[in-house]
Amino acid sequence: MAHNEDNDYEYRIKEGDHVVLKRGDVYKAVQIQRKKKVIFEKQWIFLDNAVGHLYSTTFEIASGGTLQPKENKETESSTDVQVAGTDNRHINDDGKSQKLTRDDIETMKEQGLTDKEIIKQLIDNSSTFNNKTGYAQDKYIKKKKKKYENTVMVLKPTCRILAMMYHGREPGKICHLRYDTLAQMLTLANIHAGSKVLVFETCAGLVLGSIMERMGGFGSVIQMYPGGGPVRAGVECFGFPAHFHDTLHEFPICHVNALLAGTLDASAKDSAPEEKQLSVAAEEEQKQPEAEKQEGSPEEESMEANTGDDVGQDQEKLEIEKRQEAKAQERKVKLEEKRRKLAAAAALLEGRNADGLVIASHFHPCSVLLGLLKFLSPSRPFVVFSQYKETLIECYTKLKEQGGTVNLMLTDTWLRHYQVLPDRTHPLLLMSGGGGYLLSGTTVATDPSKPAGSPQAEEPAPKRQKVKD
Amino acid sequence: MSFVEYSDFIQDGDVAIVHLGHNSVTPVKVQHGAQTQTRYGVIRHSTDLIGQRYGSKVTCSKGGWVHVLHPTPELWTVSLPHRTQILYTTDIAMVTMMLELKPGSVVCESGTGSGSLSHAILRTIAPTGHLHTVEFHQQRAEKVVEEFKEHRVDQLVTVRNQDVCKDGFGVTGVADAVFLDIPSPWEAVGHAKAAMKKHGGRLCSFSPCIEQVQRTCEALTEQGFEEIRSLEILLRVHNVRPVTLQLPDFGPDSSDSSSQAGPEALKEAPPSATPNHASLKIKTTTPPREMPGHTGYLTFATKPRT
Repeated sequence: MAHNEDNDYEYRIKEGDHVVLKRGDVYKAVQIQRKKKVIFEKQWIFLDNAVGHLYSTTFEIASGGTLQPKENKETESSTDVQVAGTDNRHINDDGKSQKLTRDDIETMKEQGLTDKEIIKQLIDNSSTFNNKTGYAQDKYIKKKKKKYENTVMVLKPTCRILAMMYHGREPGKICHLRYDTLAQMLTLANIHAGSKVLVFETCAGLVLGSIMERMGGFGSVIQMYPGGGPVRAGVECFGFPAHFHDTLHEFPICHVNALLAGTLDASAKDSAPEEKQLSVAAEEEQKQPEAEKQEGSPEEESMEANTGDDVGQDQEKLEIEKRQEAKAQERKVKLEEKRRKLAAAAALLEGRNADGLVIASHFHPCSVLLGLLKFLSPSRPFVVFSQYKETLIECYTKLKEQGGTVNLMLTDTWLRHYQVLPDRTHPLLLMSGGGGYLLSGTTVATDPSKPAGSPQAEEPAPKRQKVKD
Repeated sequence: MSFVEYSDFIQDGDVAIVHLGHNSVTPVKVQHGAQTQTRYGVIRHSTDLIGQRYGSKVTCSKGGWVHVLHPTPELWTVSLPHRTQILYTTDIAMVTMMLELKPGSVVCESGTGSGSLSHAILRTIAPTGHLHTVEFHQQRAEKVVEEFKEHRVDQLVTVRNQDVCKDGFGVTGVADAVFLDIPSPWEAVGHAKAAMKKHGGRLCSFSPCIEQVQRTCEALTEQGFEEIRSLEILLRVHNVRPVTLQLPDFGPDSSDSSSQAGPEALKEAPPSATPNHASLKIKTTTPPREMPGHTGYLTFATKPRT
């Protein structure tokens, strides 16, 4: 049995794990923390009892919010319809067919009736249920189940699940990137283990995390970021093993020009944005010990009055100074770390031999694309996502003008889900209106002898030159 | 060169992709002394390819030029010799994400067909995963074995020439994901379930006909699969074009202000608008005349722990 346990270990939920809660088509990413209340679908839940169970276990939510593993699936037992009608010609939708009131149902819930029992009550108290067709009864039961079910499934996070979650819950955070568009990006950019990929995204880290998942901890990912620091909240949700983070680097966009010009000195005090941040933090910390001193002094005065102890005052001063020194040391170490990371990232970029480029942000993509393409080797793919077609039209035009790319394609995908049931198969009634646009292409060696915009930028007409060998 | 790892320079024995322009690509087996004919002329492998960088421009004998690209599964998909109808990148990308493929994944696939999807899977599961692919047509199975070897991915894949509906995938309890693209997938669902890991896994079935989808969904439900979802995905291409639209001439402007101003009004006509040639240039996209409207329905499901 020990062998089995070993096999299952990686499939068991542990405290601290990043998981995704699921009910129906609703997902939420959370972290398992003991005694922490989590809200999901208008219910408060404690995830403590999930620890030790296998992933993809379904739990019932007991009153009080604790989880209990659901009993082995009550066989769907489509409760072979005894009585059903043939069509709805005599069914009036007057809102009076259900005899139970909201209060009745609330009472039942409070009494702790299971969802199955509540649904049975609803059916028994419905004057029209038996007149519905078999299919309509099916649909009714499915609808009630969805409303009254009290379960939650705990899932291991994957790109698929997180992409669907973000798109369903907070599309604004990911620039309305639909999950199938993300799928296209990962494939078109040929993301695979062992490559060196540049990423510029403002999709809460979803794109970055997805790329990291597809690289499996091999190779390297360099996140180019605007502003003060890289945003990576979404990456945490993936729950990657620690060593994955060794492959992740970051580089501020504001230094790209310097790097391209060869004037970036990562060893000197060039990490201005980070330094400013740290020195501001340092100033704030310096103010604190002074405040402490001030707080200390009335006490000290009273102490003096009581004990006349000057040594106490000096000791406090010493301690405060020690703390300040320690903090200054910390700041130094942090700055060193930042410089080291910047230098490491710069080293990876300098060679201009990256294998792929992925851009997905709310910034105008043109300048980002043109700037970052320079870091790619020839014959490597790049993909740009934009919520808006026009920005990509501009990118396309500029790329055609300057040359250096082939296979440019501006695309979007059309996605439709289906309901598949015997005699009731059809596309779903609602579908996504749009998932954003993609511009993809491949770099080629830039020809220094040909000026940009020369007629040969277009495909040359095969000339009827007779070459005699 | 390999289909799962980049290299920088073209070598003898590589498979390179020659880009002829306007989304026209063709694969080339690089060999010392060999030649390849293109509409722009001859490419001599020894001088034009071997030792050159991938991505280089190659001038052909007739004076036209092409680019030589490093192979990727996506370029392979649009340039490979068809032995069967293949899966295209749009569907492949969706399958890859929805089956949760990544380095280390173990995948079972049938039918192998022309190997379009196979190459994409291999790229994603390398270097630590494995693909078990089943093809019941002997020549196709042999051809694809050859190609995997040429593409330097043979260590990651096992090809079996058998009927998956009768004999299964040849392995049990090892797969994280199973993909079916066969005429009667409902007959293989049981085998798919057996091939998958005890802990569970993902399944996908690709079928052109809705009747096949219905029967497959039934079989999946019977076999205890969950989260059964069917969808279709289509690619829409936008062709970027500058378009010039003429502005019609409504005659001289006769609004109140101009009638009072008299003859000066005529001088206020916008300088660019000459009576007959006024036009606006816009940068827009146009759809192609026709587009693929259907490839197949994709049905996904999850096998729970058994």
